[in-house]
Amino acid sequence: MNSRPLWDWDAAWEVLPLLLEAFITVTLYVTVVSSFIAAVLGLVLAIARRSSPRPISALIGLVSNVIRMTPIVVQLLFAYYIFLDAEPLLIGVIIFGIHYATYMSEVYRAGIDAVPAGQWEAATALSMSRRRTWGAVIVPQALRATVPALGNYVISMFKDTPFLIAITVTEVVRAAQTYGGNHFTYIEAITLTGLIFLLSSYPTSLLIGRLEKRLAYTN
Amino acid sequence: MSEHLIKLRDAWPQILDGIGITLVLTVGGAALALVVAIALGLLARFDNILLRGTARVFIEFFRGTSLVVQLFWLYFVLPRFGVELSAIAVGIFALGLNYGAYGAEVVRGSLNSVPAGQWEATTALSLSRTQRMWRVIFPQAWALMIPSLTNLLIQLLKGTAIVSIIAMADLTFMIDKLRQDTDTFFAYTVGLLLYFALASLLTLGMNALEIRAKHKLGRGDSLRSALSFSSSASRAGKGVA
Repeated sequence: MNSRPLWDWDAAWEVLPLLLEAFITVTLYVTVVSSFIAAVLGLVLAIARRSSPRPISALIGLVSNVIRMTPIVVQLLFAYYIFLDAEPLLIGVIIFGIHYATYMSEVYRAGIDAVPAGQWEAATALSMSRRRTWGAVIVPQALRATVPALGNYVISMFKDTPFLIAITVTEVVRAAQTYGGNHFTYIEAITLTGLIFLLSSYPTSLLIGRLEKRLAYTN
Repeated sequence: MSEHLIKLRDAWPQILDGIGITLVLTVGGAALALVVAIALGLLARFDNILLRGTARVFIEFFRGTSLVVQLFWLYFVLPRFGVELSAIAVGIFALGLNYGAYGAEVVRGSLNSVPAGQWEATTALSLSRTQRMWRVIFPQAWALMIPSLTNLLIQLLKGTAIVSIIAMADLTFMIDKLRQDTDTFFAYTVGLLLYFALASLLTLGMNALEIRAKHKLGRGDSLRSALSFSSSASRAGKGVA
């Protein structure tokens, strides 16, 4: 049965370019664009929750909780079947952006809460407008401490991108599965995919760990 | 809408089966993850470079390679080595190893946060290594680690949804069947609410565990008195009087 070797270097070299292509054009693309959406939308959610009247802020809180506590796979499928005409990749980018925005808004919220009350009072004393209070005083101070936590969410989003398989997007794991199915050998493609993830996420998480230490010292 | 509700009622036994599979994956995965987390978390604190190094390699490997890759590796590649696991076993192994590696960091961090005086006290009382860990240090670290473990448990529950792609009839799978009988909006709203309810129940259970762990350390109410609102209200009343 095992006439072929356990590990076939020819197959490995053949599949590697396919994997790297899917990795760059889909996995990294989704990570970058969705991180941007999540970072911006998360901040908007955090500010809206703090400065809206109570019923609205409670509603935002409830909706973000439901999004945060339910599987992204189910959310992807939901959007995929509702918008059947849309490009699955676009749906993926938007859902990943929204899902992670609810996580990031919690990070921002903690950052905003950590800004000392005196800063709010000083802004009132200087009769700054709401807009300037947020834009020039609160947000810049709140953001600094949040960078490492946001970075960790970007890494975890990166490792979640294979969930896009559920809506037929050919990211790197699906590319590996397709190759494996066509060539009756999964070991090279799936092992290489794991290595690609490991080699890109581990150094990044080390970097973020260092950043965290540095920010902790200077504060 | 009402005919959708009738369809939902007809499909309910199947949906319950799906919830059952999701819970088996969640509980099985969490049990394995807890064992892996405690084992690796303890190993990662050894001075011996070989033990510590092994733990670090395991932790970084399973954290760094993505859950879905591990799932596929166990499902498609392991049979090449003559190991054929059922789909549910593959799901439990992948979830347990992946979240166990994340949990190991939580365990290690919590053990490190137990105040140094507690460690010194165990030396002063000349407790053995095992007694020191299981009777003094771990119970305190356990209370510290529960909130982070709760987050991981919810992540694990959400992670079970991807297991339906390796042909498992879990809740996500049953929701997709309901979609074919009703419509997308109805079926997936029901699905999201069911997952939300499961996650909320798990969170409540973990909060109860945290109250119990803290009470055992002499902090806060016992679980029983925290649960009975009447008794705490009467106590508050006495306080005012």
